[in-house]
Amino acid sequence: MTDVAHAADRRDLAWWVDRAVQVLVLAGGLSAIVFIAGIFVFITREGAGFVFDRFDFREFFFSPRWTPTSSHNPTYGALALIAGTASVTGLAMVVSVPFSLGAAIYIGEFATGRVRETLKVLVELLAAIPSVVWGFIGLSIMNPLIIQIFDVPIGLNVLNSGIILGLMAAPIMTTIAEDALKAVPDTYREAAEAMGATRWQVTFKVVLPAARNGLVAATLLGVGRGFGETMAVLMASGHSINLPTSPFDSVRALTATIAAELGETAAGSDHYQALFTLGIFLFLVTFAINFAADVFVRGGQRKHRRRGRRPAASANP
Amino acid sequence: MFEATAQNRRNRKVEGLFRLLFLWMTCMLILPVALILGVLIVRGGPAISWEFLFSPPTNGMTAGGILPALVGTVWLVVVALIASVPVGVAAALYLSEYAPDNRLTRAINLAIINLAGVPSIVHALFGVGAFVIFFRFGTSILAASLTLAVMTLPVVIVATRESLQTVPLAFREACWNMGATRWQTIRKIVLPNSISGILTGVILEVSRTSGETAPIMFTGAAFFLPFLPQGVLDQTMAMSLHLFVISTQVPDVPEHMPFGVALVLISMVLAMNGISIAFRVYLRGRKKW
Repeated sequence: MTDVAHAADRRDLAWWVDRAVQVLVLAGGLSAIVFIAGIFVFITREGAGFVFDRFDFREFFFSPRWTPTSSHNPTYGALALIAGTASVTGLAMVVSVPFSLGAAIYIGEFATGRVRETLKVLVELLAAIPSVVWGFIGLSIMNPLIIQIFDVPIGLNVLNSGIILGLMAAPIMTTIAEDALKAVPDTYREAAEAMGATRWQVTFKVVLPAARNGLVAATLLGVGRGFGETMAVLMASGHSINLPTSPFDSVRALTATIAAELGETAAGSDHYQALFTLGIFLFLVTFAINFAADVFVRGGQRKHRRRGRRPAASANP
Repeated sequence: MFEATAQNRRNRKVEGLFRLLFLWMTCMLILPVALILGVLIVRGGPAISWEFLFSPPTNGMTAGGILPALVGTVWLVVVALIASVPVGVAAALYLSEYAPDNRLTRAINLAIINLAGVPSIVHALFGVGAFVIFFRFGTSILAASLTLAVMTLPVVIVATRESLQTVPLAFREACWNMGATRWQTIRKIVLPNSISGILTGVILEVSRTSGETAPIMFTGAAFFLPFLPQGVLDQTMAMSLHLFVISTQVPDVPEHMPFGVALVLISMVLAMNGISIAFRVYLRGRKKW
């Protein structure tokens, strides 16, 4: 009896190594949580002084006066910055959502074979262009173009950065939306086609409604992308504090403000801490957006798993 | 026998129209990029020469080349890779080979999504607060690279996890049945069968890392340094920041210079992505199962 138990107990070197590796990879997995918590802890640590002493909710959210360098009366109203970010992101989404979803539908439902693979690769390359290059494009190509076409004095404005951001956010939206379309089980399409529906009828009446959650998630991730983009907005939006009334107004974004001003502040000063407070705000908003997107993706997946199961025999083609 | 009715014909016409519409939308996303690349090549091409690539900037960055920025970017990327690849692969191994479907795993996945989604400037603030100030690395390659490593960790994790999951479960089961431990199975069966997929992920990370600007602005990249970095505690120039600086901060830069820098930067990034994609296509064609 004890001999058998002894033989089954295999605590040799390989067993211990296996154990050690298990702990190591768990540590690797946990590191993601540690880092995301670390981001929050460290930006809060730097911004805490401002949040607790100087922060005035009404001023921060409802005053457009951001004058942190004023010597007698510095004010920290972020309304204009929030409006700048919102206007640029909003325009980007207006430009980008229809095109991204259209591209996802074409790639996912219409294109086949080599065309499809090529388009996917091109979208992936679009995502690879660094944001500073996009900013430079806004600065040196779009700027003169906008001045010429619309006859306005300055081409660094909401329109410019909105288009740039739209192009930047398009790949992630296209990819996630295409994934969502792909997640709709083929049984749905087959059932509709068997009823005599054409491709676009299948797409519009069956696939899109079924993929709704994933498409919402794609849009949310695009919003998050636009919201957090820094260099491109800094270079293409004109960077002047403004409550925009038209697409041709220059604006300033939250992210761009941090990028432009952090280098000029003394560590620990009110201004420095105020910039970290903007960072905390950005972190919380993007966290909420990503969390919501994740909930939508999950909801979509669970729905299909429940309803769209194929009979076991045909599961392996 | 099957005569096309009016309804059929109308359906087919509508179908064709929609097909065209979506194709047009797809092209509208891709065309501008082709145009932009064209403009960069035409206007930046003349700036590029051996001298441009291999000499330091002179005359207040209005003349000379980009050598310190190129070398600096290589430093930043290499140090970031050393820091993030082991952690990323470990995390992916955990998620793919060990993790049960529980709350912890869901939390890890959510954390990964958020690491990828947090704005780059917030990563920069984190780098300043954590690496520059708290860990006292100062503004240095080390601080900048660690910031980049945290930021690009999701790229490695996601690519590695996908690659690990393409190894069929049957391979693992066969190995377990021989009495191998989990780690022996991973080392002898899973990793050898997915190493190329992991490499594609690493190449993608190189591309991401070399283009990032905001996270390195305040953590270790300098506007102008005429000499090359000697170690990880030095500051350095970087390609991405150099493009920002000479296109916005320095007056009287001749027009072809920022275009040249942009062209070199985008060529590096697209070449990396191209290699990674070609690698993937090649692997898919070669797969034995």
